[in-house]
Amino acid sequence: CCCGCFGLCCDTVQWCFLSICTSDIISTVEFNCSGELLATGDKGGRVVIFQREQESKNRLLSRGEYNVYSTFQSHEPEFDYLKSLEIEEKINKIRWLPQQNAAHFLLSANDKTIKLWKISERDKRAEGYNLKDEDGRLRDQFRITTLRVPVLMPMDLMVEASPRRIFANAHTYHINSISVNSDYETYLSADDLRINLWHLEITDRSFNIVDIKPANMEELTEVITAAECHPHQCNVFVYSSSKGTIRLCDTRAAALCDRHSKFFEEPEDPSSRSFFSEIISSISDVKFSHSGRYMMTRDYLSVKVWDLNMENRPVETYQVHEYLRSKLCSLYENDCIFDKFECCWNGSDSAIMTGSYNNFFRMFDRNTRRDITLEASRENSKPRAMLKPRKVCTGGKRKKDEISVDSLDFNKKILHTAWHPKENVIAVAATNNLYIFQDKIN
Amino acid sequence: MFSKGTKRKFSDGGEAISDESLLGARVASSYSLQRQSLLDMSLIKLQLCHMLVEPNLCRSVLIANTVRQIQEEMTHDGSWHMVTEAFCSAGQSPSERLVATEVLCRSREQDAEPKLFSVISYEGCREEEVVADETLCSVSVSNTVSNVCLAGRMGQCWEKSELSGVERDEEVLEDSRLGSGEDEEIATEDGASTESPKTIGQVFGTFEIKNGSPGPDSALEELFSDVDTSYYDLDTMLTGMQSAPKMGPYDLLDSLAPSHSSPSIVSTPNCRSDLNELDHIMEIIVGS
Repeated sequence: CCCGCFGLCCDTVQWCFLSICTSDIISTVEFNCSGELLATGDKGGRVVIFQREQESKNRLLSRGEYNVYSTFQSHEPEFDYLKSLEIEEKINKIRWLPQQNAAHFLLSANDKTIKLWKISERDKRAEGYNLKDEDGRLRDQFRITTLRVPVLMPMDLMVEASPRRIFANAHTYHINSISVNSDYETYLSADDLRINLWHLEITDRSFNIVDIKPANMEELTEVITAAECHPHQCNVFVYSSSKGTIRLCDTRAAALCDRHSKFFEEPEDPSSRSFFSEIISSISDVKFSHSGRYMMTRDYLSVKVWDLNMENRPVETYQVHEYLRSKLCSLYENDCIFDKFECCWNGSDSAIMTGSYNNFFRMFDRNTRRDITLEASRENSKPRAMLKPRKVCTGGKRKKDEISVDSLDFNKKILHTAWHPKENVIAVAATNNLYIFQDKIN
Repeated sequence: MFSKGTKRKFSDGGEAISDESLLGARVASSYSLQRQSLLDMSLIKLQLCHMLVEPNLCRSVLIANTVRQIQEEMTHDGSWHMVTEAFCSAGQSPSERLVATEVLCRSREQDAEPKLFSVISYEGCREEEVVADETLCSVSVSNTVSNVCLAGRMGQCWEKSELSGVERDEEVLEDSRLGSGEDEEIATEDGASTESPKTIGQVFGTFEIKNGSPGPDSALEELFSDVDTSYYDLDTMLTGMQSAPKMGPYDLLDSLAPSHSSPSIVSTPNCRSDLNELDHIMEIIVGS
């Protein structure tokens, strides 16, 4: 972008297709801190990591493509025979740790268990062992007459993933969030009713810092839907609820952070109240801005940006698919109203992105207030093909290239999206296809 | 004498008032029917929440809250009392309702013509433990349930393929159920008034809109023309629940999250029905 900023503020940003990868149903997408690696988790418990090609010095203006770097099975299905309960292996969340040495570390979580994985490269191997042959068989001791020093020989690059820690048995309910703290030593994990704080080195215990389980489960009316650590203040975290509220907590205040420091809730508009008001206000994702000054929440129909210093209402509200408001009954019947969409910021916090139905995803530029709807589809998947903006026709005459609300495919939902931390490269998960788009440089 | 659209004079006041009150009554009764439909749908969802591929406590809590909201409003209206009376007295007759739910999306102040599109009918269903003071009523399906159908139609243009994955599985079961010709479903998508007379007749019997406040013909046609019977097939599922113990909705939440440290995930349908059968067999053997 010619003015050096990201997002949509310039009309020169044109999104075009970069690559696609097909897998099992993708359940989470996450760039690492540098953007060099992109991790996806799927319903089968696998993690696939993509690495960006190094930019060629000859083609300064070209951007690297993402190729598969490592694939491993992170979680396996578990079956509790005593209770006849099955624990899904689906990866709910992946979070990268900041890179501190040559290896990469990430946390992956299914419903019950969090694992710390180390991904390291090996491009050398030792040759010339004294006690064993090249193929590993032990040499006959009587044949060893000389002593030699093994030498390191180059080999084809091998990427190994090994589990370094397994954090288990701390959650009775399904884990919906994990978040690495800015101290790089601790992280939190949240399920429907509790949030635990872990130390990355200690697996046999965790601190419970939030517990909203009522003494009598019949009184349960609200659950935790998402949680995140503040990007800079390691004592601050937020969690969202199914009633559309966000609580900001300070771990210095008390051991159990049941009492919030700040409480964010937008007053309800009484004129639009219906039986579905609470359901559509349920927050499916919460994300701090990179600056740490704002946070963004996603509910069923909108994305809201909150200033952490103002609790009584958001500073910005963006309608994702307002045309669905008149269809809430139908969406309740077929359970789509319970779909949990995620949202993300771009690197400079000037734009936000979230998914919708029909494989549409939406981007909003916070500065210009412009928004765009794009589609992740196979038809647009030619190399460097530019994405055409899409439009949903909400009533009246349908223009050419517009799609009417009733023609939307509600099985094609984009729940997971990720934005490169520094550049205009985005990853969009459309069921079992991962699309990567980047902006075209003019 | 007066051209169309001219305001009526006072001499026509009597008619005008009764027309307005009729309109008001029609809207009110359709709203309450739609609200009832939403309540039924929500209760069914709660009952079947363990059948989901992915158990979801958040979803169950939201549905339970919706049920509570409806119940509170109905208690406020005084209509909850009538509902519970009707259920408690009618032990054998099927409680069927033909309702629309779309208007529930809008606030009560709006009096736009409600779109009728959802059909829920229970046959042989018996509601038990319905207490006006409780926050929720529990629906327990009796052994006499042979053919419970929940035919939902979600609007003119929604295709079958857009139904959720859960319903798709149930389409397979529907074929076996439709094979028994005794209780025919509202199976066709054309021909509004020529569907299986038994089901439609039963439905008409309690269809207040038809009797009390005549809705436009187009609404009725719309109601029956595109009913999609594949939406929910509860037959096989609910017969599988025959031996399930009576429990209120919050018992379902309890089963999702027992107080001890065991996981809150629910079993696959196969395991649950096997266990129920095992329980049943044990009961017979033990002779309890």
